[in-house]
Amino acid sequence: MPIHEQSLIRPENLKTHDKLVLDGVDVSGHWSTFIEPRVVTDYNERIEEEIAALPGGEHVHRCWQCGSCTNSCTVHAVNPDFNPRYWIYLIRMGMESELLRDKDIIWQCVSCNKCTYACPRDVFPEGVMKATSHWLALKGHTPKSKSMIFDEEFTAQVVQTGKIEEGRVIRGFFAKTGQPLLQDWLIEMAKRVARRLPFRLGILMGLAAIFRPRTRGWGKAREAITEYVEAQESRQRKALGLEDKP
Amino acid sequence: MKPEYQRVAYYPGCALEGTGHAYNQSTRAVGKALGLKLDEVKNWNCCGAMEVKNKDPKVQTYLSSRVMSIAANEMGAKVVMAPCNGCYHNLKKAEYDLAHDAASREVVDRISQKAGHATYTAGQVETIHALDWIKDGIGEDELKRRVKNALSGLKVANYYGCMYTRPRHIFPEKDRGAGSESTSKPHFMDDLLAAAGAENVDFPLKTACCGGAHVLSDSDTSTKLVLNILRAAEAAGADVIATECPTCHSGLEMHQVRAEKVLGQKTRVKMLYFTQLLGIALGLSPRSVSVHENVSDALGALKEKGLA
Repeated sequence: MPIHEQSLIRPENLKTHDKLVLDGVDVSGHWSTFIEPRVVTDYNERIEEEIAALPGGEHVHRCWQCGSCTNSCTVHAVNPDFNPRYWIYLIRMGMESELLRDKDIIWQCVSCNKCTYACPRDVFPEGVMKATSHWLALKGHTPKSKSMIFDEEFTAQVVQTGKIEEGRVIRGFFAKTGQPLLQDWLIEMAKRVARRLPFRLGILMGLAAIFRPRTRGWGKAREAITEYVEAQESRQRKALGLEDKP
Repeated sequence: MKPEYQRVAYYPGCALEGTGHAYNQSTRAVGKALGLKLDEVKNWNCCGAMEVKNKDPKVQTYLSSRVMSIAANEMGAKVVMAPCNGCYHNLKKAEYDLAHDAASREVVDRISQKAGHATYTAGQVETIHALDWIKDGIGEDELKRRVKNALSGLKVANYYGCMYTRPRHIFPEKDRGAGSESTSKPHFMDDLLAAAGAENVDFPLKTACCGGAHVLSDSDTSTKLVLNILRAAEAAGADVIATECPTCHSGLEMHQVRAEKVLGQKTRVKMLYFTQLLGIALGLSPRSVSVHENVSDALGALKEKGLA
């Protein structure tokens, strides 16, 4: 497979006149195509450093732009605009406005780690994608992505009790993202499960939802993790030049 | 053959107490039928899954290390077996980070001390997957001898997912030549199911991604990825997809339904945990390996082949 290139020419900057005659020569249509030049003046040289300060982004400087990440990317295959190689290039060049054009899809990385597997430079592109989407949200360029909200809901429960109960995570996530729990396909799935599920198991699952699974004696671990996470968050905000508390 | 795999510390993980209940049941049932012993890790906690790693990788390292610490220091275990790809991956990743990264060691030690338990030191236990456990604890020859209800005529696509083989560096025992697992073309599940009499189809998407990380937060992408996997399995002639991860398994099942309801794309292939298939081959009843809990009509597929 070829290395997937990202054209730096924006489609809206391609100009063509349908009817144009210059000095008696008809140059209508593609003969008259020209590219409107644009000049990038807003380099933000701190982006690379800032992303490297977030977990996962530490090795972004190693990239030599071979394109193996984009080539192997699961999400690229369903959306060609998803282009980790290009974003790493922009981060390293400090081309913030270009990066922001794709701000709403970067969080869609599914962490399949094909890029990390393929990368000859150990950039850990998967980590860079996570760091970049955190950077976007921390800097206020994007709201928290649904993925981030899910991660937070999940992590909060683990820190709280040591374990998760999937039903609770899902309910919490749906509530926080304003989605109805009663979606057609979810109802259909519940129906198919219920059709064969023995009564006793249904009761056990219901009980698990009421009596939350938890790790005994978790209190001290909870305190230690919370303390660590708070210190990390404060360090990261400082590295990004943000106020200590959001 | 590794005799140390015949009695292992068992780390089921959160998913196997929820949506992956059937995987838990069938893993225990197969272990019992084969005489492989499981001692559940005492008072275990969540490994951190992918979500905690996204929040902070070192917290995930700590969570996974606590599980291994209990197995090693409180149970005296040498081997921890995790059937869930996520748990398996995370324990392996924690093992790698603790062996190679001083900063991870420092954080894990600090949190472990405050939490009041012994710090896990890399090398204390070996983490294995349920596939390793059966493949190296019993082996194909012995498995073949114990088969009572050979899965003959059942065409299986073996689906391993992402976390079992990627990234390569956390699986130093893989890609070691003959007898070892391959990260690009994994075959342990194929080997076991072939020994159980199934016909493995040539399935090109063994390690493709099901979008499990965003199963709910980006359902449209997940549905596309799952549909791709289901279609490829059907094109390869598979009756069923054998799975070895609760997230993949429920992802495939959920998005098979979603593809049907939302996109109007119906697929007929059924999903079963590889342990359910092994259990059937060992002569266990479908109920004892919880086939009735599967969303897709796996029981119907088994009946069609005269296996249930």
